[in-house]
Amino acid sequence: MSNNPFDVKIGLAEMLKGGVIMDVTNHEQAKIAEDAGACAVMALERIPSDIRKDGGISRMSDPEMIKEIQRSVSIPVMAKCRIGHFAEAQVLEALEIDFIDESEVLTPADEHNHVWKHDFKVPFVCGCRNLGEALRRIAEGAALIRTKGEAGSGNIVEAVRHMRTVMNDIKKITTLNREQLVAESKNMGAPLDLVIKVSENGKLPVPNFAAGGIATPADASLMMQLGAETVFVGSGIFKSEDPAARAKAVVEATTHYKDSDKVLKASIGLKSAMKGLDMSEIPDSERLQERGW
Amino acid sequence: MIEVGVLELQGNYALHHNIFSDLGIRSKGVKLPKHLDGVDGLVIPGGESTTMSLLLDTFKLREPIKDFAKENSIMGTCAGLIMMAKKIEHETKVVPLNILDIMVNRNAYGRQIMSKKMSINLKLNNELMPLNSTLIRAPKIIDYGKDVMVLTMLENSPAAVMQNMHLGLSFHPELDGISIFHELLFNPSSKYYWNNLNKVDAA
Repeated sequence: MSNNPFDVKIGLAEMLKGGVIMDVTNHEQAKIAEDAGACAVMALERIPSDIRKDGGISRMSDPEMIKEIQRSVSIPVMAKCRIGHFAEAQVLEALEIDFIDESEVLTPADEHNHVWKHDFKVPFVCGCRNLGEALRRIAEGAALIRTKGEAGSGNIVEAVRHMRTVMNDIKKITTLNREQLVAESKNMGAPLDLVIKVSENGKLPVPNFAAGGIATPADASLMMQLGAETVFVGSGIFKSEDPAARAKAVVEATTHYKDSDKVLKASIGLKSAMKGLDMSEIPDSERLQERGW
Repeated sequence: MIEVGVLELQGNYALHHNIFSDLGIRSKGVKLPKHLDGVDGLVIPGGESTTMSLLLDTFKLREPIKDFAKENSIMGTCAGLIMMAKKIEHETKVVPLNILDIMVNRNAYGRQIMSKKMSINLKLNNELMPLNSTLIRAPKIIDYGKDVMVLTMLENSPAAVMQNMHLGLSFHPELDGISIFHELLFNPSSKYYWNNLNKVDAA
């Protein structure tokens, strides 16, 4: 039996379901996230809303900071590499990170190619806006897919658009016959074998999570009801007024996403959410979701 | 017709429902104490034990599950096994349920890079069953009491244990579509049902 085959990578993604994965920038925040019930943390130097504000090149985080976070919590620790930057991914693997996010939040290193993720023992998560993009990433070896949304915006509209698009794309191809799937595979730029697989099973071959713009307990409930199996919360927690309380509330709302009384209860008494941006305030050239190919 | 609950606080509960569906056994999600009413058993799935331990208290499920365990079977896989333990080595955040007389070391196999598949042998009614086992940031059982029966070993540690009518596994049969453990604990009409077995041997 081969060690670490693809389904062992998917295995960890399965264990993260029904939970909340939180962006943290230091070990204090990591502890707050763990104490609030996060099922994993994403270690990064600047949360997306600050990356957006500060500008400049955004790279893989300082390994020493990541190590400190690994030492301070017992839950899985994820970290981001730039799109196509397989050397950053190799460094993160050497750090024994639990999951690598090949992320559009960082400045892309390669404008044509993503990392060939099958070469790694560590599982990867990648963002997508539609089914074709999701299947290209899975073909490259992603063991987990998330919506891109618009990171650091505090605005759920793009994550909703991407989740609805993926779900509609899946529904559509379950109604097509084989010759139509060949044409569809060409149209969406995705490998035919994966297109056929999705058409037969009516779902992605790996777990499907939501990310990008989630800021409130109701946002988490919305994404779960639209079909997400877990939510990533980036700037939404540590850019809010009371991160510990908001983190716990989002976790509770995610567990009980279909129970409106529980989501209501989680939403009461929270201080201000992050301010957020309307999409019209973000010029096309600054939209992080456009990164990735 | 029996119905089994699957704890749905966080984790891979969906795959356990799939196994029950394959076996023709009804199952339902348990997120609140009232969901335990009328179910005949409970699965505590894999996931993060820190998250589960916290939410057990938030939603006041801890004492109801302990009471439920006095009369009904509970099965735990991975994080579920950690939750069923009596004691967890070097651990302050996760408060276990003390359903199995075992001590565990959380994430004893290390980070995800050490996660793997291995072969195990299960022997029931003198029938030897070679099975796959998938370990994901898995715990190890490092000590156990005299009433605990070891069903199978992995790298010199017990990987499947039974005590009374409860079962704990350090691996994930549901990831490999293996239904024998769900059958063993929850299917009274099966010849492998724990109460129908002539003999269970450690293999």
